[in-house]
Amino acid sequence: MSFRPDHEIHKRRLGRNVGLGLTLVAFAAVIFGLTVVKVAESGPIQGYDHVVQPGLVPKAVTE
Amino acid sequence: MSDIQALEQTISQPGEAGFGDYVALLKPRVMSLVVFTALVGLLVAPVPVHPVVALASILFIALGAGASGALNMWWDADIDAVMRRTSRRPVPAGIVAGGEALGLGLALSGIAVVMLGLASNLLAAGLLAFTIFFYAVVYSMWLKRLTPQNIVIGGAAGAFPPMIGWAVATGGVSIESALMFALIFMWTPPHFWALALFMKDDYSRAGVPMLTVTHGRKATRAHVLAYTILLVPVALGAAFTSIGGPVYLAVSAALNAAFLYGAWRIWQRDEVQAEADGYRVEKQLFRFSLYYLFLHFGAFLLEAALRSFGLGGW
Repeated sequence: MSFRPDHEIHKRRLGRNVGLGLTLVAFAAVIFGLTVVKVAESGPIQGYDHVVQPGLVPKAVTE
Repeated sequence: MSDIQALEQTISQPGEAGFGDYVALLKPRVMSLVVFTALVGLLVAPVPVHPVVALASILFIALGAGASGALNMWWDADIDAVMRRTSRRPVPAGIVAGGEALGLGLALSGIAVVMLGLASNLLAAGLLAFTIFFYAVVYSMWLKRLTPQNIVIGGAAGAFPPMIGWAVATGGVSIESALMFALIFMWTPPHFWALALFMKDDYSRAGVPMLTVTHGRKATRAHVLAYTILLVPVALGAAFTSIGGPVYLAVSAALNAAFLYGAWRIWQRDEVQAEADGYRVEKQLFRFSLYYLFLHFGAFLLEAALRSFGLGGW
């Protein structure tokens, strides 16, 4: 049994889908890159993780 | 009829666009000019921008410009169809439906503005939103078919990108970004009217009130010279701000002298002379105007590069 060759329109649709797919991947990469930069530029991020971290305690309390 | 035959008949209808047809809706050649001028605006600003933020911002500015191009193609499909230069665009050629161009334009406009706001700041996003509105609504829908000064006012849309690039870096506007805006704004009329002088059939056939159609070719020639005279102080004035310097001044002086000479030659000619040599001078000025703008912004960039080595500026 032989498969029918692709119609020209299928090839065009494939091109469109691949193009859209690559565009979305590129968009996701841009968002990812921006997120990394924005988070890195916002300085060190710390939070209480069930244990008191001296670096986060206000100065007035520690003195 | 088998299902496959029925499917083939359905999908063989015209209007099945490829990816490149959607890219063509975004006017990639205009986008390249937008990318270049916005990038210069961003790089010559006194505030450094993280490369990733700069790249993303330029991308979203370009996307916004492309979106306004798609909206323009949706609205102008009827006149694009009768102009030789534009008749093969995706919408008048029947490859992409008008509604699709509208949807793509609106969606990309929203994405570009929101993403530019998130990547940089609200002023830059606001300026981009206004640029899209100005090009799609004020120029395309309102002025283009109403007044022969369409190019003059509509030129503002193409002049905003360096101002947006500057706003991405600094979060504000300044005399420098205003002068970069003014440079493109004042350059647009002589650039387009030189084109209109030798593409005369196109605009008159489409019924677009180009100056050549409404006021005649002699008046258009005078306008080219008048706007070029107004352009010169704007271009030279930028040399004495923080983005200019001796290199820019030298480049600008040479380019303005040549542009002024070309405009003066156009003004001196009449239609008989122009038709005799196939609009040679008009075509020369149109081509030169592209180099004129590119080299001015290139000189801004060069001054900024020299400044980083402690050499540029006054």
